[in-house]
Amino acid sequence: MSLVNATIKEKLTEKFGVSLSDWQEPYGMLTFTAPKDLNLKVLQFLYDDEELKFRFLTDLQAVHYPDSKGAELAVVYHLHNLADNVRIRFKVFTDIIKPDVFSATAIYQAANWMERETYDFYGVNFLGHPNLIRILNVDEMDYFPMRKEFPLEEQTRVDKDDEMFGR
Amino acid sequence: MSDHILLPEGSIEKQTTTLNLGPTHPATHGVFQNILELDGERILKATSTVGYIHRAFEKIAERRPLYQITPLTDRLNYCSSPINNMGWHITCEKLLGITLPKRVDYLRVIIMELARISDHLICNSIVGVDSGAYSGFLYLMQFRELIYEIYEEVCGSRLTTNIGRIGGFERNFTNTAFERLEKFLADYPKQLKEFENLFTRNRIFMDRTIGCGPISAERALNYGFTGPNLRAAGVDYDVRVHTPYSSYEDFDFTIPVGNTGDCYDRFLVRNNEMWQSLSIIKQAYEKVKQFKGVEAEVFHADVPAYYLPEKEDVYTKMEALIYHFKIVMGETDIPAGEVYCSVEGGNGELGFYLITDGGRTPYRLHFRRPCFIYYQAFPELIQGGMLSDAVITMSSLNIIAGEMDG
Repeated sequence: MSLVNATIKEKLTEKFGVSLSDWQEPYGMLTFTAPKDLNLKVLQFLYDDEELKFRFLTDLQAVHYPDSKGAELAVVYHLHNLADNVRIRFKVFTDIIKPDVFSATAIYQAANWMERETYDFYGVNFLGHPNLIRILNVDEMDYFPMRKEFPLEEQTRVDKDDEMFGR
Repeated sequence: MSDHILLPEGSIEKQTTTLNLGPTHPATHGVFQNILELDGERILKATSTVGYIHRAFEKIAERRPLYQITPLTDRLNYCSSPINNMGWHITCEKLLGITLPKRVDYLRVIIMELARISDHLICNSIVGVDSGAYSGFLYLMQFRELIYEIYEEVCGSRLTTNIGRIGGFERNFTNTAFERLEKFLADYPKQLKEFENLFTRNRIFMDRTIGCGPISAERALNYGFTGPNLRAAGVDYDVRVHTPYSSYEDFDFTIPVGNTGDCYDRFLVRNNEMWQSLSIIKQAYEKVKQFKGVEAEVFHADVPAYYLPEKEDVYTKMEALIYHFKIVMGETDIPAGEVYCSVEGGNGELGFYLITDGGRTPYRLHFRRPCFIYYQAFPELIQGGMLSDAVITMSSLNIIAGEMDG
């Protein structure tokens, strides 16, 4: 465990300056936000740098925040440095009208299906992806079901006027 | 309108054959479709289609309180559902900052390692079946039955277990459960030894599996392989060692690795992992036996807001009644947070990425399903090989449809 979060942050700040923001460490995992046009550069830097060596893509998914206008969709990358056993997480935000994000498939083969899944459920358009089609849902589907505008009925809803259960 | 069947353009000149392997095919053990382009029996190109049993777990989870998500995780890798359940509990406990008594951790380790054995024994014996040797399957299958009887004694169910709760177990292990565990520990090594005698140095089996569906360490990492399949390629990555959870750091075990990443190495790695799991279970059982008196009655942490109280207390105590009501009606607010937690599942790193916003349900929950991620390497693994190699490669990768489709 030679590599610590402070070193990673220092190296990234040195390379990318103030464009990386929102540094946090929830439950010990270094988390930051990058501008969406820089996502490949950040990934490539984290991959190539001889000290950082984040060469394992653990996970990639999206989150929908309907209330933050202009940055509704977040694409979240979880990377792992297996040699030093350090994980980091970074996010890029994109608007929902034109959700274009560069594809990481050129760096990680594993990103192929993860990005297809993200596209399938959130409609994030990964530029440069070799085969961006739906993967788990039917091909004919014309909406992106994991977005928050398609709610399921909430079992714990509080708006019911039900005297018996004190809601 | 022509009266004749119209052939698609180019179909007469085509020299190769297109074959649909799946979605339902007796040799694929699950709902997988692979469209193969064959030259004779040699595979030129393969295209995988997944999603036949997608059940929208991530969407459903956004409307459920934490404890109701456990049954969803059962149905991911249903060959080792206790690991999924425990993984989910551990994620919630990490989010809520709950630390467990050591005894609970050790009991969990016993259950998780039993689940790993039941997962690997299915996979390995199915590799045997697909290479034409049925008897190994019958030998080992009876021991999965024993494992399931232990689950049944602990939680009441067998396949989709919903075992444990946030904070511990729903009840203490009974003597019957420990007796069954002892029986398993006494009988299984003999049978596993016999299984290995049948396969490991069997000329036919070796010829059949060595060099079949290989992958290099570098490619495997790039494809996001984890678990036995990655270790068979020579990378000693195991979540139990790298990020110990549930007190795995208290146990002494080794991580078996292969080097070629072919079917034979995957088979050997899984077999060796079963021996390691047996050793871990023995150690954990010894540790559990150290707890005497009141300590031996500990089977959950003290987290009244998330752990259901005793039914008797619900009828007699005010606080227990309140907590019971709030938990069952899903009226407990979860603190806001963002957590990624992973456990070593039967097939690799099973991750849970959970975002909560202070409401009663997760804001976003993502399952990192190892099968889904490494199955995309399948076309590359089988390209250039024979059709029958594709079948055995698929079973030795241990692709579980439930885990893949989420």
